[in-house]
Amino acid sequence: MIACQEKKPYWKIRPQKGWNPLDLLELWAYREVLWMLALRDIKLRYKQTALGVVWVILQPLLPGLIFAVIFGKFARLPSDGQPYLLFVFSGLIPWMLFSNMIQRSGGSLVTEARLITKVYFPRMLVPLASGVSVLVDFFVSMGLMFFLMVLYGVPLQPVLGLLPIFLLTAILLGAGIGLWLSALNVKYRDFMYALPFLVQVWMFATPVVYGMAVVPEKWRFLYSFNPMVGVVEGFRLCFLGKSSVGVEHIALSVGAALAFFILGSLYFRSVERGFADKL
Amino acid sequence: MSEVAIRIEGLGKCYRLRHQGAVRYNTLRDDLVNWMKAPFQFLSGREKKGACEQEDFWALRDISCEIKHGEVVGIIGRNGAGKSTLLKILSRLVDPTEGGADLFGRVGALLEVGTGFHPELTGRENIYLSGAILGMTRHEIQRKFDEIVTFAEIEKFLDTPAKYYSSGMYMRLGFAVAAHLEPEILVVDEVLAVGDVQFQKKCLGKMKDVSVSGRTVLFVSHNMSAIRSLCSRAILLKDGRVAADGDVEKVTEAYMALHTDSKAFAGNLAAHPGASGSKKVVFEWARVGHGDGVENGQFCIGDDLHIEFKIKAGAKVVESFLKLGIMMRSQDGIKLCSLVDSDSGFVMDDFCAECELSVKLEDMRLYPGTYYITLWVGDITSINTYHWVEECLSFEVIDGGKLTSRKLSRAGGLLFWTPEWKKNNIKQGHE
Ligand SMILES: Nc1ncnc2c1ncn2[C@@H]1O[C@H](COP(=O)(O)OP(=O)(O)OP(=O)(O)O)[C@@H](O)[C@H]1O
Ligand SMILES: [Mg+2]
Repeated sequence: MIACQEKKPYWKIRPQKGWNPLDLLELWAYREVLWMLALRDIKLRYKQTALGVVWVILQPLLPGLIFAVIFGKFARLPSDGQPYLLFVFSGLIPWMLFSNMIQRSGGSLVTEARLITKVYFPRMLVPLASGVSVLVDFFVSMGLMFFLMVLYGVPLQPVLGLLPIFLLTAILLGAGIGLWLSALNVKYRDFMYALPFLVQVWMFATPVVYGMAVVPEKWRFLYSFNPMVGVVEGFRLCFLGKSSVGVEHIALSVGAALAFFILGSLYFRSVERGFADKL
Repeated sequence: MSEVAIRIEGLGKCYRLRHQGAVRYNTLRDDLVNWMKAPFQFLSGREKKGACEQEDFWALRDISCEIKHGEVVGIIGRNGAGKSTLLKILSRLVDPTEGGADLFGRVGALLEVGTGFHPELTGRENIYLSGAILGMTRHEIQRKFDEIVTFAEIEKFLDTPAKYYSSGMYMRLGFAVAAHLEPEILVVDEVLAVGDVQFQKKCLGKMKDVSVSGRTVLFVSHNMSAIRSLCSRAILLKDGRVAADGDVEKVTEAYMALHTDSKAFAGNLAAHPGASGSKKVVFEWARVGHGDGVENGQFCIGDDLHIEFKIKAGAKVVESFLKLGIMMRSQDGIKLCSLVDSDSGFVMDDFCAECELSVKLEDMRLYPGTYYITLWVGDITSINTYHWVEECLSFEVIDGGKLTSRKLSRAGGLLFWTPEWKKNNIKQGHE
């Protein structure tokens, strides 16, 4: 008898143990799901709010105006000689990108529990899609920023070419922490209640409403261990051409973003197989 | 020669059950408190609390089988037998605890109708969203879009948010999207138990198309007639293990005969604790079944209920005229009927020594639940009771059957009637 070679299985199901690496190929194969989920998030956000599209513009503009009045007009925080509205807005843009990303993706797995227990796709797509949907807001805010710059007669700087570096860093950082938080939230449901508070505290530890210039020279390196420092000041540098941020601070941010992303996705991958049982 | 599509070897899934008061998920606060307490616990040498509150529960154990390409296999079993768990493992939603399975082909799972639907989105948007989530590419969806819409019969409501859909429309659309998936292996969990009869017929028809198209299908249902009409093979799960595997007729029979709370056979009735009477004539044994001489306490609505028993003379002098009666009561104590032989035109006028009788109740229309049978025999005047055995038999009516696969709750009624409905159109308005 001829021993017949058996076909290789398309998929093997085995109990899994230990760490799983990030499966980029699989993520790529499911990219349409990522896109559809993100699209749904975006549609829902603007369908469910009464103000609809107006909200897209108001959302970043309102806090910008409020901060400008409180910290610029009343508290008279220094703004490196720039109009305070521009100053605070250039910091708010990356900050809102980051904080919305971690908050939206952090709760996403629990909100999508039904989906996760009924159909298979890489679980990572759920928090990532929430992150992608935040990018839409980001680009609207960018447009608004350019509009304000024209309004105030501030010229575009050549350093603007560096913006993609800071944008990518912010995204990596937001996605990494978002992945980690979303997985943690499946285990600890009470965590999401604490998050808005933590985000608030983090914002004041980041040069959003004030400039890095107010931090004493000798503390700056320590200060920039907050990875958002390099990102926010980097954005400010790109828009306004002036900032006290140094290369070492930026390098720290980029390094931290990479580390958070790798660790976040590793943690996510190692706990994701229990999601459908726990949700 | 057909190739293997699914090979399952020693598959097992264990769940940790927490007991009493223990919450389903941890809270960070509790864990932090525990960590802080931990060093002191370590010092005091006490055992960690909580370990004893957990118990292992095997939802599936030692499942092994091979399914060939193109086979349509029904998976049956009572509630909690592990059917959904098996499908969830095969569709990669949950990890097995031991053993494994090899899948030789792309798996599509239909565990719920309307997976990924969002009520705020329109029908069109939902088709694209749900299709993508279930594993269709954009091109595939575009190609099948019209077909899906026609199948779901929602042409007019395509651009209406799904929250304004009737639940029937919602489910039709959900099923339509899923039914147009084209994986090599399809697993389907009880989705046919929803919707009205019309819709179920349509789904069943679609499932038939799928099953003859040469795809491998695993199909979970409590509806034995659906299983019989769709599948050639069935696997019976009982308490997480394979109890039977093979020809669909045999396995579904085995399912029907699974131990239930019904008492389909009662022997030695003369000594039955619930018996009374002069015992001039006694019941010897009694059983309920489907008329094939085998006791079986499980029925679906519309089945024929057979009650068979043997009576025997208990005394030397035998009365040849007898009267027989059967009483039935429901689980909640409602008396259903008192059947008397003469009402059916049956007269017992030549009794001598012993005989076997059978009573056939055609087209039994009772709602799912357990029912109890009491037997009575007496003299022709009904004044003297010879033998009266209270609730010696019971039978169970379960969901499914040829008449309905709608889920029927006993709270909804007692009798499943299907009267004739007529419509009389009345002209609107006056001219
Ligand atoms: N996440 C979980 N945690 C703990 N136990 C679970 C979990 N999921 C399922 N079980 C248990 O596993 C057993 C099998 O459940 P399963 O859903 O597979 O049953 P089933 O055969 O599909 O039943 P039904 O006919 O009611 O759908 C049940 O006893 C159930 O309580
Ligand atoms: Mg089930």
